[in-house]
Amino acid sequence: MAEVLVYVDHVDGAVRKPTLELLTLARRIGEPVAVALGSGAENTAAALAEHGAVKVLTHDAAEYADYLVVPKVDALQAAVEAVSPAAVLVPSSAEGKEIAARLAVRIGSGIITDAVDLEAGDEGPVATQSAFAASFTTKSRVSKGTPVITVKPNSAAVEAAPAAGAVEALSVSFSEQATGTKVTARTPRESTGRPELTEAAIVVSGGRGVNGAENFSIIEALADSLGAAVGASRAAVDAGWYPHTNQVGQTGKSVSPQLYIASGISGAIQHRAGMQTSKTIVAINKDAEAPIFDLVDYGVVGDLFDVVPQLTEEIKTRKG
Amino acid sequence: MSLRIVVTVKYVPDATGDRHFADDLTVDRDDVDGLLSELDEYAVEQALQIAEDADDAEITVLTVGPEDAKDALRKALSMGADKAIHVEDDDLHGTDVIGTSLVLAKAIEKAGYDLVISGMASTDGTAGVVPALLAERLGVPQVTLLSEVSVEDGVVKGRRDGDTASEQLEASLPAVVSVTDQSGEARYPSFKGIMAAKKKPVESWDLEDLEIEADEVGLEGAWTKVDSATERPARTAGTIVKDEGEGGKQLAEFLAGQKFI
Repeated sequence: MAEVLVYVDHVDGAVRKPTLELLTLARRIGEPVAVALGSGAENTAAALAEHGAVKVLTHDAAEYADYLVVPKVDALQAAVEAVSPAAVLVPSSAEGKEIAARLAVRIGSGIITDAVDLEAGDEGPVATQSAFAASFTTKSRVSKGTPVITVKPNSAAVEAAPAAGAVEALSVSFSEQATGTKVTARTPRESTGRPELTEAAIVVSGGRGVNGAENFSIIEALADSLGAAVGASRAAVDAGWYPHTNQVGQTGKSVSPQLYIASGISGAIQHRAGMQTSKTIVAINKDAEAPIFDLVDYGVVGDLFDVVPQLTEEIKTRKG
Repeated sequence: MSLRIVVTVKYVPDATGDRHFADDLTVDRDDVDGLLSELDEYAVEQALQIAEDADDAEITVLTVGPEDAKDALRKALSMGADKAIHVEDDDLHGTDVIGTSLVLAKAIEKAGYDLVISGMASTDGTAGVVPALLAERLGVPQVTLLSEVSVEDGVVKGRRDGDTASEQLEASLPAVVSVTDQSGEARYPSFKGIMAAKKKPVESWDLEDLEIEADEVGLEGAWTKVDSATERPARTAGTIVKDEGEGGKQLAEFLAGQKFI
């Protein structure tokens, strides 16, 4: 069976959920071979094996942390040359897409970005993508070279599928470009204790109607009652009420949770682009004409300052 | 010596319009008004600020696209860029992201550059990989997705806000930079700027000028193939209630029925 390379996104050996989802998709096409780089790379093996990786290629060097993107491209290229895979799958993070794109040029291949599903096909893997603010769904494939495909979080379920996961050292020699862009400082994000926005099963977002940074506490309280991540519309972020890392929309994150709750968000195209594929959508807005109500499974026309706290209280009561 | 800045821009269908695909599954450009991709305005803005801080700089805006794409160049010129290059060729129709990066890279090399500045992504394709592809093809440092950028003494520095960390980056010129919508509000063209833009030079290049063969680009030469495009079914109308004092409880009831509570 053909091997499929899966690029591993991990933090000091802790594998992030989108990578485990990639293993589910990779198994539809062939045998997953994982590539884990940097500090803690070898510690990823147990989790990867449990989810179907037959091999885990690892390499650690200071360059991965000290320089931007290119050292990882060099390593992934070395893995492609060592394995000759049927496809290369990379998580669709900002960095993942850049790594994948540069790799594609180097190995003379096409690239598909932001796939939301993947299946085997007669002429290679077929990727499903959302287009035009998720108003269209396309099916595409790479027609030249080894398919390089980046896949969005929440595109597949994480499945246990125990495999050998044998760790092998990957031999990497860095290119001249590897040290071109130096990372002179790195400040890790402070953990909020809430789930990662793109990975969360439930997202609670606030928009212009929240009307102030201090009022976001009621959005956070609702999120916490549901174990949800907090999102914000561009209007709320531009106003400085909530950090850009939490922005949902075209220029922020795109999310596809089981439940999306929009509070005080009108539903402009910029926002819809980032949440339209959510399974269940709920909105609270004062304006009965707000376009967000065209998308909802359930909507409440009302003042979020009345509705949201009442909802939070009711959830807490019901959960006991 | 003059700092040569090339800003890559894209002419895209208006995101607020009814965007759809043409019969050959390329982006339909006929039925929706086009404009300069909003995210590229941030690239033009940062180029203008870097040029203002430099002793001597020249900003060239570059686009690849059909005849109408000149509108995007005019907008950038009216914001303050100095000149423009329009790569236009019938054989480019249907070119994918790998092909586009090839054309842009050849044009950037032909134009001459110290610094390339791009937006974070286009508002139609939204892949966001062109800056990385340009750095790869040009063989220069990639300093991308910056929320803050500055250039001093031949070194570009910037802040990249990622999912797990915020990073300070540094590279020597020549380099490829991309900026996010957090990099700073783009200026509106002034009346004077709009008038001045009409006199600024716009050069047209075709594939032959760039020594690119027709079969390396276009729909036939693309590295990817779109097999189908299906309009997403409209969401079925949901239940809308007016809050009469029990809205939060009603919503909780709905969520409980859906097993979210």
